[in-house]
Amino acid sequence: MKHETIETNAGWLIGLTLLVISIGGLVEIVPLYFIDSTIEEVKVENKETIHPYSPLQLRGRDIYQREGCYLCHSQMIRPFRDEALRYGHYSLAAESKFDHPFQWGSKRTGPDLARVGKKYSNEWHVQHLIAPRSVVKESIMPNYGFLMTPLSYKDIADRMRALKMVGVPYSESTEEYDANVKRFGEDIAKNLDILHAEENLLTQAASDNYDGNADDVTEMDALVAYLQLLGTMVDFSKFDEGHFAKFR
Amino acid sequence: MVASSAPGSSPVEQYNYDIVRKFTIMALVWGVLGMSAGVWIASELAWPFLNFDIAEITFGRLRPVHTTLVIFGFGGSALFATSYYIVQRTCQTRLFSDGAANFTFWGWQIAIGSAAISYMLGYTQAREYAEMVWPIDLLITVTWVTYLVIYVMTLRRRSQPHIYVANWFFIAFILATALLHVFNNMAVPVHMFSLESYSLHAGVQDAMTQWWYGHNAVGFFLTAAFLGMMYYFIPKQVGRPVYSYRLSIIHFWALIFLYMWVGGHHLHWTALPDWTSTLAAGFSILLLMPSWGGMINGIMTLSGAWDKLRTDPIIRFMVVSLSFYGMSTFEGPLMSLKSVNALSHYTDWTIGHVHSGALGWVAMISFGSFYHLIPRLWGTKMYSERLIFAHFWLATIGIVVYISALWVAGIGQGLLLRAFDEYGNLAYTFIETVSFLHQPYVIRAFGGALFLTGTILMGYNTLMTIIKSKKEQAEIEAKIAAKLANA
Repeated sequence: MKHETIETNAGWLIGLTLLVISIGGLVEIVPLYFIDSTIEEVKVENKETIHPYSPLQLRGRDIYQREGCYLCHSQMIRPFRDEALRYGHYSLAAESKFDHPFQWGSKRTGPDLARVGKKYSNEWHVQHLIAPRSVVKESIMPNYGFLMTPLSYKDIADRMRALKMVGVPYSESTEEYDANVKRFGEDIAKNLDILHAEENLLTQAASDNYDGNADDVTEMDALVAYLQLLGTMVDFSKFDEGHFAKFR
Repeated sequence: MVASSAPGSSPVEQYNYDIVRKFTIMALVWGVLGMSAGVWIASELAWPFLNFDIAEITFGRLRPVHTTLVIFGFGGSALFATSYYIVQRTCQTRLFSDGAANFTFWGWQIAIGSAAISYMLGYTQAREYAEMVWPIDLLITVTWVTYLVIYVMTLRRRSQPHIYVANWFFIAFILATALLHVFNNMAVPVHMFSLESYSLHAGVQDAMTQWWYGHNAVGFFLTAAFLGMMYYFIPKQVGRPVYSYRLSIIHFWALIFLYMWVGGHHLHWTALPDWTSTLAAGFSILLLMPSWGGMINGIMTLSGAWDKLRTDPIIRFMVVSLSFYGMSTFEGPLMSLKSVNALSHYTDWTIGHVHSGALGWVAMISFGSFYHLIPRLWGTKMYSERLIFAHFWLATIGIVVYISALWVAGIGQGLLLRAFDEYGNLAYTFIETVSFLHQPYVIRAFGGALFLTGTILMGYNTLMTIIKSKKEQAEIEAKIAAKLANA
C-alpha cells in the first residue's frame, strides 16, 4: 500500500493510527494481570499478612491523598544499598495490591514513607504534622495543624463498598466474613466488615487515641493510624531472601 | 465553498476564526495563572512559610493546580486554537459546526477551572496529571469526543485530496488522548453524589496504567500535537516547504508507535516486573531516532532562511523550541537507562527535564505560533515587536536558569543520598540533602519568575493588539459612516 492511500483517506489514517498506538499498552499492561509472579505470595502460617485497611486507616489514606502527600513522598523502596540502610527492605508489589490508586509517588522532596510505620511514636507524628520545623529544623514541609478537625466518617460504609466493587475483600455477607477469617485471621477480618465499619472506626480511634485528644475523632487520628501501618504488614524475618527474589 | 450568510448583511468569515480567538485568549490566561502557580509553589519549596498554614494553598494542593493549568489549560487551549486554525487552513474549508466548536470551548474551560478549584478544596483522584475527579473526567470525555467529531468532519469536507502532515499529528493526539484518558480514569465513585472515587486498578497494574498515561500525556499531548503546530507554523513563518516529506512520514509512524511503550521507565527498580521496565527502557532509547528525525526536519526547513533569525523574533522562538526539543529528547532516553535512572529518579533532575521540554519546547513553539497567529486573527500587526524580543530573552534565559539549577539539585542530591563514609555508613541524612537543595530552589524560582514575566509581557502585548485592532476597526467604520452621511 502506498502512503498516499493513507494520506488521502481519513478512515485509513484513523484506523491505522489506532492500531499503531494500541500495541504498546496491550503488550505491557495486559500481561500484568495474568502473570502470577507479578505479585509475590506473602503468607505466614497459611495466613496472608498483607490485608486491606481498617476503616480508620482507610480514612487516613483518603486524607493522605487529599493533601497530595504523594507529590513529595514516595512509597516505593528500591533494591539499593543506600535505600536499604535508610528505609529498609525493598518494597514488594504485594504490599500495594489493595491500594486504589497506588501511592508509589515519583519525587522525594521528603523521605520515602513505605516503611515509616512504627518507626516514630504517635506523639512525634502529631507534633511533626502540626509543626514540622519544631522537630526537624531544616524541614520544608507545610504545617498541617488544620488536620486537628473532626473526621467525617458517615460515608465509611459507602467507601468500603466502592472499594469492594474494585476488588478489595471487604465483607458484607457471613460467607465473605468467614472467607476473610480464613484468609487473614479473625482480628483482621473483623475490621474488614462493612456492616460494623463505623463502630470499628470509632473503637480504633478511641483505643489508640493517636492525636492525644480523647474527645474527638480527628483527621489527625486517621492520618497517623494510616502512617503507622505503612510497611508493617510483612515480617521479613519470617522469609528467606530467595523467596522474594523468585518473583523479580 | 458555500458561504452561508449571517443575519443582516455582513457575510460570515470564510473560516471560523472566532473559536480560534477564544482559545488563544484563554491559553494566555491559563498560561499566566498556571505559571504564577508554578512560581508560587517553587517558592514554597525555597521558603516554606509561604504555605501560610492555609490548607488551600499548601504545596500538595497547589501542585496539581500548576500542572493542570499549564498542561491542559495553557497547552490544551493552545492546541485547540492552533488545530482548529490549521485544519481549516490546510483543508481550505470552514470548521464543522460552530455550535459544537463552542461546546468544546466551554466544556474545556469549565473542566480546567473547576479542576483547579476542586484541588484547592481537596478533591483529587491522586493520580499525577489526572487528578480531576470523576464528574470532570466525564465532562472532558464528552468534550473530547466532540473535538474528534469536529476534526474528522472538517477533514472530510476538505477541498484538497491530501491530508496535510500537521493533521496526522493532531489526529493521533486526539485519538491517543481519548484512549489514555478513558483507561487511566476508570474508577468507582464512593456514591452517586460524592466527588470522590477509587480507581479500578490497584498497586502494580495501577502504577503501569498511570505511567502509560503519564508519559503519553507527554508523548501525545505535549509532543505529537505540538509537532503538528511545528509542521504548519514553521514552514509558514519562514516561507519554505517542510524539509523532507519522507522524513515526516517515518517521523510520524515511528513516534506514535514507540511512545506508547515507554511509560514503564518511570518505574525502574520498583515493584514493577523487570521485563516491563526493561522493555520500556529499550523503546525509550529507540524513541531518540524519530524525535531527532522530527527536530531535524523542523530545523532544516529553516535552511536557506537563516538570515531571518536576525530580524524575526518569531523564528527565534521556533528555533529555540526545536533546540530544546532535541535536547530534552536526548536527555529523556539517557534518564531512561536503568543506571542513570537509579540516580535521577525521585530527584529534581526529573522536574528539570520536564521543564526543559515543557518550557523550552512546548511553550516556546506555542509562543512562536501565537505571534504568527495573533496578527492574522485580529487583522492587525502586533502592538510591539520590542516586547516580543523582550519576551524571547526573558523566556530563554529563564529556562536556562531553571534547568541548570535543577541539574545541580537533582544530580547533587542523588550523589549525596548514595554517598557512604569510610565505615560503610550513609554519609548524609535525608534532611541534610534537603538543606543542600535550598540554593538551587531559590535560583529555580527566580528562573521560573523570569519565564513568567515573559508570558505576562506577551499577555499585555496581545491585549494591546486586540485593543488596537478594535480601534482600527472603529476608525474604518467611522470613515465609512462619514462617507455614507456625506453622500
